[in-house]
Amino acid sequence: MSADQTLAFETNCHIFDGCGFPAPGLHSFVFKPIFTVAGIEFNKAMLLALLGSIAIIWFFWAAFGKAKVVPGKIQMIGEAGYDFIRRGVVYETLGKKEGEKYVPLVVSLFFFIWVMNLWSVIPLAQFPVTSIIAFPAGLALIVYVLWVSLTFKRHGLVGAFKNFTGYDKSLGPVLPLAMTIELFSNLLVRPFTHAVRLFANMFAGHLLIVMFTIASWYLLNGIGIAYASVSFLMTIVMVVFELFIQAVQAYVFVLLTCFYIQGALAEEH
Amino acid sequence: MLLAEEKLNPLVPPIPELVIGTIAFGIVFVVFWKKLVPSINKILDERREAIEGGIEQANDAKLEAQQTLDQYKAQLAEARREAARMRSEAEQRGADLIAEMREEGQRQREEIIAAGHAQIEADRKQAAQQLRQDVGTLATELAGKLVGESLEDHARQSRTIDRFLDQLEEKADATAGTSGAAR
Repeated sequence: MSADQTLAFETNCHIFDGCGFPAPGLHSFVFKPIFTVAGIEFNKAMLLALLGSIAIIWFFWAAFGKAKVVPGKIQMIGEAGYDFIRRGVVYETLGKKEGEKYVPLVVSLFFFIWVMNLWSVIPLAQFPVTSIIAFPAGLALIVYVLWVSLTFKRHGLVGAFKNFTGYDKSLGPVLPLAMTIELFSNLLVRPFTHAVRLFANMFAGHLLIVMFTIASWYLLNGIGIAYASVSFLMTIVMVVFELFIQAVQAYVFVLLTCFYIQGALAEEH
Repeated sequence: MLLAEEKLNPLVPPIPELVIGTIAFGIVFVVFWKKLVPSINKILDERREAIEGGIEQANDAKLEAQQTLDQYKAQLAEARREAARMRSEAEQRGADLIAEMREEGQRQREEIIAAGHAQIEADRKQAAQQLRQDVGTLATELAGKLVGESLEDHARQSRTIDRFLDQLEEKADATAGTSGAAR
């Protein structure tokens, strides 16, 4: 590991001390394994993923495990979140009748992603699990398998093909071209963008926060203190902004999930 | 410990993370699917029923209250009508009673007056009768004393008295007739 890849906090390097700015980079997203279980080397991201899962289950178990008709405080909060996704996302896109079946999936997806994003601003953790492509990719893959199989189940082989290609006779001569593009777009680009949208947002957000945090420390020397204060202020602003982005991205992910399912269930037109 | 920079590609998912991430989500999903969502849905349904039941009950209560109010209003109106009727009836009866009593009083007064008249007449007749007898006796006694002898012949004596009395009556009648004419 070269010196400029070390995190600023781990050194006592400041501006005017003759050492370069330890800029964050891809290496900021790679962690050394903490321990190994059954051949899998557990690193920080995996641990946070598991801890996040436990936290979600713990919270919702406390909220819904012994739910009452007259809710307590935790149940009320849990219900607000649950109802927001159920009514605001699932019922809105799939309708109450068709959507009911997908409520557990969409609700758990939303809270899983949100908590994974939230790790970004939680002290000591301070790393969004979803900024590692493997996590969004796994979730996008589940959704992909779900909606593709749903399409086959609902429309049969030919119907599913028409659904994927957006088959429309009225297009005439451009139909083959349109079908090719649609097929490509739906089956290949869609799952990719679905995962990357979440990943890239969290990746960039984390990079920005790390950048300003490191800069605050690095600039803390002599006249640099003035710059450091601006950088620190930016860190706070970015944290607040990230809090917003984390929720939005989780929301967008489940909303798209619902749209894909809706497309799979839609009648041919 | 860190991979070389050129080997890092953020878009290539590392397999261990993929597996762990999917398992982590899988656990969350299964818990939600099997336990939490059914549990909360049941409660939400119960709550909705409770609320709908409450609203229904409230509506029933409102309806019943309205009915009771209408009933009371009807009863009140009925009572007012009844009271008015009774009052007018009482007034009527009172007036009748007064008229009746007045009539009765009038009748009794007339009866008393009539009885008084009859009594007076009877007394007068009796007095006249008595007087006639007394006058006869007195006159006979007087006449006997004046004549100096007893008038033995009773028959003659009676005739004389009667004749005398008739003359007296004729005289009295003449006097009454003149006085009545004068009035």
